[in-house]
Amino acid sequence: MAETLLSIRGLTKRFGGLLASDRIDLDVARGETHAIIGPNGAGKTTLIGQLAGDLRPDAGAIRFGDQDVTRLDAPHRARHGLARSFQVTSVFRDFSALDNVALAVQAHRGSSFRFWRPARADATLRDPARAALQSVGLEARAEVRAANLAHGEQRQLEIAMALATEPGLLLLDEPVAGMGLDESQRMVRFLSTLKRRITIVLVEHDMDAVFTLADRISVMVYGRIIATGTPPEIRGNDEVRRAYLGEDQV
Amino acid sequence: MALSRRTLVLAAGCVALALVPPIAALTNQPFYLDLFRRMMIFAIAAVSLDLILGYGGMVSFGHAAYLGIGAYAVGIPAYHGIQNGWLQWGLAIAASALIALVIGAISLRTSGVSFIMITLAFAQMLYYLGISLETYGGDNGMRLAARSRFGGIVDLREPTVFYYVVLAILVLFLALGSRLVESRFGMAVRAAKSNEARARAIGFSPLPYKLTAFVIAGGGGGLAGALLANQTEYLTPDFMHWTRSGEIMFMVILGGMGTLFGPVIGAVALLLLEDVLSALTAHWQIILGPILVLVVLFAKRGLFGLLVGETRDG
Repeated sequence: MAETLLSIRGLTKRFGGLLASDRIDLDVARGETHAIIGPNGAGKTTLIGQLAGDLRPDAGAIRFGDQDVTRLDAPHRARHGLARSFQVTSVFRDFSALDNVALAVQAHRGSSFRFWRPARADATLRDPARAALQSVGLEARAEVRAANLAHGEQRQLEIAMALATEPGLLLLDEPVAGMGLDESQRMVRFLSTLKRRITIVLVEHDMDAVFTLADRISVMVYGRIIATGTPPEIRGNDEVRRAYLGEDQV
Repeated sequence: MALSRRTLVLAAGCVALALVPPIAALTNQPFYLDLFRRMMIFAIAAVSLDLILGYGGMVSFGHAAYLGIGAYAVGIPAYHGIQNGWLQWGLAIAASALIALVIGAISLRTSGVSFIMITLAFAQMLYYLGISLETYGGDNGMRLAARSRFGGIVDLREPTVFYYVVLAILVLFLALGSRLVESRFGMAVRAAKSNEARARAIGFSPLPYKLTAFVIAGGGGGLAGALLANQTEYLTPDFMHWTRSGEIMFMVILGGMGTLFGPVIGAVALLLLEDVLSALTAHWQIILGPILVLVVLFAKRGLFGLLVGETRDG
């Protein structure tokens, strides 16, 4: 297996009596697209939250590249190359699409303690931002306020913001949630063009998307990872089937 | 179109303010010189509050504290015979910025209602500190011994000269402010206001940017305070009273939050309304209240938004 980029060891997070992450061990190789699936309430979002730095684990360690990032907060992790999209679309609604991406570039390039030159005329911010918008197919919508973009476009914008920072790892929390069939297929096609260029950790309910994109899949149930394997291995795993059948019967 | 209309409004406003002294002289109404100078001083305070309120989403309910600090930074040296304006005004800005640094470092760890209450509490603490300064008049305040001296370059005792000094400072402050909010720094602060979780996720740690903005706003408030002490030639702890903080906030909201120029219109409008309405009836606040409510409800970007007719961005 290729070099490990993200390594999770014994990650544990408790909310009162609920064990949302139960001694999770997981390795993600550089260039891999790793999907995390599981029934609702399995703890996928809690795991993403701990990876992004929004939640502090109660125990365990997260290594990213050659660094222990367990104690770093979200902005620090982002500057180290851990980019994310949110389950519920999260953009700067009052700013144009281009501004949104330019802000992401700005957060990663140089100091923001610059008080004089207009940021909107700064080619070192605008050019990479325009390129990132183009890569997700939003270049024609660059000047539109983010709030006025269609839902699918806002999701694309989030991806552009993540890409603009040239991340080492992309955390995608349900990137096709709430999209129509067309939009969702377009997003999956686009994400598949990123494969191998960027390491991706993907949480998703849409099984078509997962089985199209993932190199490996981990299945979470009740805060634990019960299986990790290639898509065919997961498809054939009895324990996984039982977990999903169990959910269907509820 | 929006841009040209905006430029037009700004140019007209600037010319109108510049024409106040000759018109006041022609009509023999020196009172208006005094009134408009007062408006511009409060406009500087309101613009500085807008930097953090409108652009940073920091609802600071203690902005009058800096007016007071700035005023005392002029009054106390003057009481001890130090009348050098550079020194007094420099002290006003530095002391206000320093106090803002302390207040901000503590209050910015909270948000929402807690933030409002902590900034209010700090301002009230300073208000009571002012009352306890018996040497400097306690709760009665004291007369300013003399207006700030600038070694013969400008003489603030000359009402018209003082007026144009205030106008120049206001214009300079607006020019610097509009550079600031469009700079990298300004964009980082505005991003944190727009969506803090998103700002953090792309790699901004908002606190240092917000704190710096808070300190800049404090310094601006302090400068306004130094001007106010020279304007009234009197200083009292009332400069720091929480109702004064509320008044400055009203100027910002009335004129248009996050517009920078709006608070100038807000300051002019509020003080003009006070002046006109209080001449009509002793219960003028009964009329003022509903006007403010209507503006808040129906003009999202305040009076400036109505004049310029632009939609909000960022």
